[in-house]
Amino acid sequence: MALPAGFRIRPCGDAALTVEFGDTVDPDLNARVLGLDADVAAAKLAGVIETIPTYRALFVQYDPVAADFASLAQTLRRIAETAKPHAASGRCWRIPVVYGGEMGFDLEDVARAHNMSPSEIAERHQAATYRIYMIGFTPGFAYLGGLDPAIATPRRAAPRAVTPPGAIMIGGVQACVQCQAAPSGWHVLGRTPMRNFLPSREPMFLMAPGDNVRFHAIDAREWSALERDAARGLPVAELAPA
Amino acid sequence: MSVLRIDAVGPATSVQDGGRFGFLRYGLSSAGAMDRTAHETANALVDNAPQAPILEIGPFPARFAAEGGPVRVALAGAARAADIGNRRVALGESFVLAPGEVLNLGAARGGVFSYLGIAGGIAGTPMFGSFSVHARADLGSPLPRPLAAGDRLEVATADANAGDWRLVLPPQDPSPIRVVLGPQDDWFGDEAVAQFLAAEWQVSPASDRMGYRLLGPQIAAARGHNIVSDGIALGQIQVPGDGQPLVLMADRGTTGGYPKIAAIVSADLGRFAQTPAGTHVRFAALPIDEAQRIARLWRQKLVALPLARETVARPLPTSEALLGANLAGAAVNALDPQHWTHNE
Repeated sequence: MALPAGFRIRPCGDAALTVEFGDTVDPDLNARVLGLDADVAAAKLAGVIETIPTYRALFVQYDPVAADFASLAQTLRRIAETAKPHAASGRCWRIPVVYGGEMGFDLEDVARAHNMSPSEIAERHQAATYRIYMIGFTPGFAYLGGLDPAIATPRRAAPRAVTPPGAIMIGGVQACVQCQAAPSGWHVLGRTPMRNFLPSREPMFLMAPGDNVRFHAIDAREWSALERDAARGLPVAELAPA
Repeated sequence: MSVLRIDAVGPATSVQDGGRFGFLRYGLSSAGAMDRTAHETANALVDNAPQAPILEIGPFPARFAAEGGPVRVALAGAARAADIGNRRVALGESFVLAPGEVLNLGAARGGVFSYLGIAGGIAGTPMFGSFSVHARADLGSPLPRPLAAGDRLEVATADANAGDWRLVLPPQDPSPIRVVLGPQDDWFGDEAVAQFLAAEWQVSPASDRMGYRLLGPQIAAARGHNIVSDGIALGQIQVPGDGQPLVLMADRGTTGGYPKIAAIVSADLGRFAQTPAGTHVRFAALPIDEAQRIARLWRQKLVALPLARETVARPLPTSEALLGANLAGAAVNALDPQHWTHNE
């Protein structure tokens, strides 16, 4: 399969590199990244330590004692030429969310910015099926594509020093499920008790790139019971075929 | 087992090893010692595996005590005053802390992190393959957080028959920190890249194990400061909209959406991590093949650390001391350095 026009391989220092398929958010580019990721894992290349599939690039961490940039780049280009784009996993996570109020303290501001009611924002947020493009930034943080463009909202001018664990946020055309408290300039629409990352649970991480996500509103009164279940290691989110 | 008791410690002191690998794809960065050269040096001095867990000690004064049995330790990394009571101890040399003795460390001088290697290691259960504390992810062993006064670490009891070792620590190297440009250097344009390489950068006090902020001229990316988020390597230098670079370190986020102008070469990461807040650094760019040649030389040097060690000759005990020891009823091997080191 021909490589896209934006394809290039660049060093990230002397022990990592990035294989870029382009520089846009695009499900086809992401499928090619995931396809390359699977083939690189299967090839068990000498010196390759681990990889991060991202929106449009595959990050490869390697040992410069066991592999040099030029020959590893050549090998990766060859694999990229024949790798099949990753087919959607067929998994869909149904994630419970308490919208607005203390749990979603930016919902009203976002509604005002779009001249909509808070409930319309929440409904539009729940109407979409999202694709998980990548997991990154902090443990378990899922970057989602598929946000209704009518509610896309530029990031806050002043990022918050901390947004809560389980924050359901949007930033620009992106959406996310956050797992651990972190600084962020994204808008907090709500909060889920689901924990994508829980060190004491097997599996430690639930969601993977290529999975789908849908959100559904729950009542604030349901929060504490679900939160307790999630802390015990229950998934809380339902896993359904896409 | 002996215990190493933490009597006083500033923030930024934690148990670290070579790091945790295989979880970048889930958003979990490696953690691990900020200065790998100093980490492996301290381990070589106590005859541990190169990446064994160790205490990474932040820039503030600290105090540790041995309980229950003797503990053999060695310091490397940032220079600082160190003594056991009125007996001074040197960096780059192993020694035994007897039960009840207190090791006093002054503030770091001309560096940030010192490393206390502990012969036989620290007791704990690795979390996902590593002891390294990753405070934001609540991971680490034996404690999933930085150390605090009152903590007690179970450690190996010093082997009375083992000797002490010394290594000549390299002098401080004031030359520019070497980097490889990319992957988004083209996002900045030649002028901004030249400006980045010409500038003298001050390390901001708002720096930690996640990242070091640099203060200096504003670096403007010709194509803007937002990219589609991608992976972030250890030592990579991103430039957000305020034009002030951020060097991403061991506890970094694994992905990010700011363009990355360059990355520090592995051999210089420890030296960069040892730059105190308020002091200055410069950068120099290398082609990738040259950077990888340097990486291989650096790794050869780390592997050769145990071969570079010298044994430490302790002064022979006096006949009075021998008599005193025998009167105390203990069967004493007069050549046992562990026994005599505290009677000098």
